[in-house]
Amino acid sequence: MKTATDPGLAKGPGPAAVPPRPAARSRRVPLLRVLPLTPAVVLLLLFLAGPIAYCAYIAFTDLQLTGQAEDSFVGFENFTSAFGDDAFLNAVWLTLVFTVLSALVGQNTLGLALAALMRRASKPVRTLVGGIVITAWVLPEVVAGFLLYAFFRREGTLNAVLDWLHLPTQNWLFTLPILAVSFANVWRGTAFSMLVYSAALNEIPQEVTEAAEVDGAGGWRRMWHITLPMIRRSIGTNLMLITLQTLSVFGLIWVMTRGGPGGRSQTLPLFMYEEAFQKSMIGYGTAVALLLLVVGSLFSVVYLRLLRTEV
Amino acid sequence: MPVRPTAALPPLLAAALAAATLTACGGGSGSDPDTVKVSFKQSTDNSVKVMDTYLADIKKQFEKANPGKKVELVPIKAPDSEYYTKLQQMLRSPKTAPDLVYEDTFLINSDITSGYLKPLDPYLAKWRDWDRFIDTAKAAARGEDGKTYGVPDGTDTRGLWFDKGIFAKAGLPADWRPRTWDDVLDAARAIKEKVPGVTPLNVYTGKPAGEAATMQGFEMLLYGTGDGTSDPLYDKASKKWIAGGKGFRDALAFVETVYREKLGPDVSDALDPNIGTRVRGELLPEGRLGIDLDGSWLPQDWLEGSGHEWPEWSKKLGLAPMPTQNGQAPGKVSMSGGWTWAIPAKAGNPDLAFEFVKTMQSKANAQKWYIANSGIAVREDVAADPAYVKAQPGIKFFTDLVASTHYRPAYPAYPKVSTAIQEAMEGVTTGDVSVEDAAKAYDEELKSATDGQVIEK
Repeated sequence: MKTATDPGLAKGPGPAAVPPRPAARSRRVPLLRVLPLTPAVVLLLLFLAGPIAYCAYIAFTDLQLTGQAEDSFVGFENFTSAFGDDAFLNAVWLTLVFTVLSALVGQNTLGLALAALMRRASKPVRTLVGGIVITAWVLPEVVAGFLLYAFFRREGTLNAVLDWLHLPTQNWLFTLPILAVSFANVWRGTAFSMLVYSAALNEIPQEVTEAAEVDGAGGWRRMWHITLPMIRRSIGTNLMLITLQTLSVFGLIWVMTRGGPGGRSQTLPLFMYEEAFQKSMIGYGTAVALLLLVVGSLFSVVYLRLLRTEV
Repeated sequence: MPVRPTAALPPLLAAALAAATLTACGGGSGSDPDTVKVSFKQSTDNSVKVMDTYLADIKKQFEKANPGKKVELVPIKAPDSEYYTKLQQMLRSPKTAPDLVYEDTFLINSDITSGYLKPLDPYLAKWRDWDRFIDTAKAAARGEDGKTYGVPDGTDTRGLWFDKGIFAKAGLPADWRPRTWDDVLDAARAIKEKVPGVTPLNVYTGKPAGEAATMQGFEMLLYGTGDGTSDPLYDKASKKWIAGGKGFRDALAFVETVYREKLGPDVSDALDPNIGTRVRGELLPEGRLGIDLDGSWLPQDWLEGSGHEWPEWSKKLGLAPMPTQNGQAPGKVSMSGGWTWAIPAKAGNPDLAFEFVKTMQSKANAQKWYIANSGIAVREDVAADPAYVKAQPGIKFFTDLVASTHYRPAYPAYPKVSTAIQEAMEGVTTGDVSVEDAAKAYDEELKSATDGQVIEK
């Protein structure tokens, strides 16, 4: 989560302490310096802060898309009904599963593994692997969703391959939809972690690793005792970024399963969409969106602790 | 340091920029008094252009008859449930509201309550053709305030479509006429046993199918339980919704049976949002579906110019009314809905929009439309016209069902009730939830959807 720092305009000394002066030049300069920022600030307030504040307000009303003439302020009712709603709790659980599986475990470790292996690889191999992984990442979300839908569906590529190998086939999108969409998200998002870790690994001075090698530390020990501690900050940053990205994944899941069947892959963003736009409960949907924000902040707090330099 | 004259530039620029961006997405329907903007639902099947073709024709007529006036067609290509959402968002602001919208009767009361639509009574009073519309159809778009908010462009009924070829292979008669639910299930079981590789019976289910699941699937069953005449969903006398009783559980059990015994489509196909398009475009024409519980409008996808013509459908498919649960009177069930043309409250050119409706709903144009989209006539003069009755096989069968049809209790809470029904269906379809638990969950949902206006019966 971004924390906005208060620019805090330099305050002039208290009026009582100084004798009144004619319009001081020194006071006008900061003002002039701020002037070029105004267009950006005005636009941000208008198009970003405004809607966000409006959303926060809506979350406390019973606003509906259709079916009632007047909306009214209902306080915390949306939030209390969310926690009594099995579908919401199911969505929270699935969101956690999806995030842990696809971001923390999948993208993160696979990204690190790829980055570490590619350091040792020859240039053509590096280019090829990097190219393939990044291609998956730059594809538009909907396209990636369709590709993976085609891969997983009953008559899809995966089952065709399994069939050819005489292995039992599965209707993946039906039996294990949350695993299928998690895999899809790993496939699509690993490139980001790979790039972050490639950069981080390049920062590690060769001498340190060489020294460890001379002392007889094997690959795993070098990884555990030298590499990981040295890139700890990158790990924290990367985890934070991919977690927040993953929490808000919508298109990929929507294209593949629409949150179904029977809500078995309905993460919070899909749940929100359904409540707000399909059941017209805009107020309730927005309240759930705020709760998703809370989930995101909880993760962020944990990572921020990770990022702290050890004293 | 004196303020340079240019210093005033940034704020001015910002203001200009903001003004430009804000107005660029403005300029709604009110922007041009000579253009009428018409929003309609475009089929998700790219080859089906029934509505597009019809509206293009009306547009030509209208622009010829009203020189200087323009019609702008605004198609919304989406499955039903997403179409409603998009439309409601457009209706909320005068900047985006079209002049004329295509509204499903299932949602119209909800939108009337929200104040999205304009009462049409002053216009209808001056429009002589309105007397030609049959009374039940006039009521379809009547709000709780007694005013009329939409002009219906036809209605529909529902029944059983069956594939005669598959029936022959399964040893079932070509003039099949099931008397009870069990007859339907037994026919499906016979197909499953004797004709491998085809889907025996399609009953729409679950949230992805949306209102199709509720109406073509569940209500076709539910309204055939009990005494077969009173409304099992809504009690008019007390103005309350009825909690799931025995009939409700029996209907759910039917759905459960279909999917548990694998008499229906594969569950993942049944829960694919495009199942309706697939049934009409692939399964039936390719002879891969035995029985389809579906609406009267199917042939519109098979007519000439529809993209996948299938002129021999009337030879290949048979029709049978959906029976009541145990064959109790009246012996058959049908549900009716339909769509209407309505004018948004925030429309810029309501008068012009109504002129367009008049052009669309003249006898000749209405007749053309009923035939093109396989609709059931709501104008009595068309219904009595032999040219209409003979225009298409099936019209007579489905028009005769009007006598024993039911209308949904399309009150403002209905869309939410419908979603609750779909959730219950989806639970028993996937086998995740028992009939008993699904019915209990429905009762809970019903309470919150209707603010506790629920009675037990």
